[in-house]
Amino acid sequence: MSPLILSLICMGSLGLVFGLGLALASRKFAVESDPHIDEIEAVLPKVNCGACGAAGCRAFAEAVSRGEMPTNGCIPGGGAVTDRIAQIMGVAADEMEERKVAQVMCGGDYEHAKLRSLYDGLQDCRAAVGASGGPKGCVYGCVRLGNCVKACLFGALKLSEEGLPEVDEKKCTGCNKCVEACPKDIIELRPVSMGVHVRCRSIEKGPQVRKWCSVGCIGCMRCEKACPSDAIHVLNNLAGVDYSKCTNCGKCVEVCPVGCIEQQGKAIIVRNAINTKSN
Amino acid sequence: MLKSFKGGVHPNYHKELTCSKSFVEVKASDVVIIPLKMHIGAEAKPLVKKGDQVLVGQKIADTDAYIGAAVHSSVSGTVQKIDSTLLPSGLRGPAIFINNDGNYQLDPSIKPHKPLEELTPREIVDIVRDSGIVGLGGATFPTHVKLCVPEGKDVEYLLINAAECEPYLSCDHRTLLERTDDLFYGMKAAAKACGADHIKICIEDNKKDCLEFLTSRCGSDCEVVLLKTKYPQGGEKQLIKAVLNREVPSGTLPYEVGVVVINVGTAVAIAEAIKTGMPLVKRAVTVTGSIVNNPGNFIVPIGTTMDKLLEVVGGTKEKIGRIIYGGPMMGIAIHETDEPVVKGTSGILILSEKESPVIGEPDPCIRCARCVDHCPMHLMPNMLERYVSKGGLDKAKSMGLLDCIECGCCSYVCPSKRHLVQWIKVGKMEIAMQKRRDAENHKRSTPVATA
Repeated sequence: MSPLILSLICMGSLGLVFGLGLALASRKFAVESDPHIDEIEAVLPKVNCGACGAAGCRAFAEAVSRGEMPTNGCIPGGGAVTDRIAQIMGVAADEMEERKVAQVMCGGDYEHAKLRSLYDGLQDCRAAVGASGGPKGCVYGCVRLGNCVKACLFGALKLSEEGLPEVDEKKCTGCNKCVEACPKDIIELRPVSMGVHVRCRSIEKGPQVRKWCSVGCIGCMRCEKACPSDAIHVLNNLAGVDYSKCTNCGKCVEVCPVGCIEQQGKAIIVRNAINTKSN
Repeated sequence: MLKSFKGGVHPNYHKELTCSKSFVEVKASDVVIIPLKMHIGAEAKPLVKKGDQVLVGQKIADTDAYIGAAVHSSVSGTVQKIDSTLLPSGLRGPAIFINNDGNYQLDPSIKPHKPLEELTPREIVDIVRDSGIVGLGGATFPTHVKLCVPEGKDVEYLLINAAECEPYLSCDHRTLLERTDDLFYGMKAAAKACGADHIKICIEDNKKDCLEFLTSRCGSDCEVVLLKTKYPQGGEKQLIKAVLNREVPSGTLPYEVGVVVINVGTAVAIAEAIKTGMPLVKRAVTVTGSIVNNPGNFIVPIGTTMDKLLEVVGGTKEKIGRIIYGGPMMGIAIHETDEPVVKGTSGILILSEKESPVIGEPDPCIRCARCVDHCPMHLMPNMLERYVSKGGLDKAKSMGLLDCIECGCCSYVCPSKRHLVQWIKVGKMEIAMQKRRDAENHKRSTPVATA
């Protein structure tokens, strides 16, 4: 017998024996896993943002299949994903809270907020804040180096030409990544239907705010007096909106002498639509 | 062969600008701003309120915490307000603003203490604590904590740190020459307090003019050690390694290896506190820079603002590019000239616009490992930068992130001008923040014990 045929037979039979062994082992020691896990994972956005509280999309799918997490846990996925998961699990979909989007609570762009010094070090918000609170005169304001933009997994944030981060509300999923990335706590998640936002974070008194920023809240209380639904209050020299009472009437926006309260037309339409539906 | 440590850099020293200038006493500014936290540890609580009259040396804030320091008024006058202000450390914090009446009336409680021979170690530590003395080299660690050695630890050596390795600064050098009596008195007091048998005064070989002069005054228990001129020779751990060839284990204090290190300025402050009863209300500051008209060494009341010091040095020849509190290697640039001199301000460096160029975007790391070669703590700054910038804090921590002394040698030698030490600082800040958050969460989740 030629060595070629001999070796073919040897290797072939060895392969056959090991193959059979592996086939048997895979049957005998197979790990039973819930088929739902793979199905759920397939419908998730798979960005591993961690907004649900689990370590990632797979961990979330496992938790849902065990019933440890609600079907509406995936915040970026929103209502559509919740429905799919409920369908897979064969349960009724949990009520989805209203979608939240990030809002930038600072209006101090290049035009309106003055710098007290120039910063040319490491282009990272945290590093700039570490160097005496940042180059901006107002130490509560956005340092405009874009840590939030880098943190966004959905491409919903970008630094505008005026120097402030801009949220694309269509793309924003409310995953909280940018909120965590901001060292000045300027970004907040707000229900998407809410249109009135006080774009300021400064708790300094009026003159100190005016020294550095022409669009900062000076705590003049005019919005508080103008509000017909008792929804806006000045606390620590800073106006804040109570969204459980706000009706988006826009009275506060009209009376604000510095223009730090903003109302988004787009957001109002959404809210009106919801109101008519519920009526 | 001169003693030294492995790593470090040789920057241009520029000490000739001020090293021959004697100390000049400076009067405080019209309003002094005295921050409540000028030290490492707990913030002091104010003991005065708006409108109160205060006198020189009066205690105006104190804390019960063990790691913390008292704060005293450097002028006499009225308390204008207690308000938050921007500190040279880069953070905002509360400060006491005092309207200086210009009389410098002494507080009646300031009296000399017993002579050193009659004081017990405990009494010395108490005097140091009451006088608000902190490490004057710049780190501002409360000195009484250093001198109060825990039970079971034996301290052999007291090192007097006069290396002054930061370029430009010369106030420690001048202290050695001009305050010699107080220095020897203060270091004997410190040695008695911490139980050290030997004292070593450590100077770099660019201060050779002090060598003979100091040696002639040393007794049997004291010695002057000449070290190689290299940055950061004055780092506590580098100094111990160079002088005694001992390494302080990670995360511990020098008494673990039987050593206590204090700065020359601190020793002089201790002497003053015992001899006259005067707490720490002024400190030696070098104000320097090639564009400064009259650079020099000054004794400055704490709380004096930068504006006043600019006046004292007669302004500058050119437009100011940057004002740095501290030396050029570790100092922090300030934003506004109304920031006060605090206990940790060892120098003020004024650079012209030409001397403070914009570095711009760094180039990619070429893996030359220069930062690794020069790191005096034997860390890998290139890897730490990578991990911190990509969010791998745990990994960075396991590679010794918290052992970094932030000397800046890595950024100084990097041919790609990468922001190495800056990233490491960001990482350390993040870890500190995480710790605070965890502590808060822990507090919230721990159920309140019911009787």
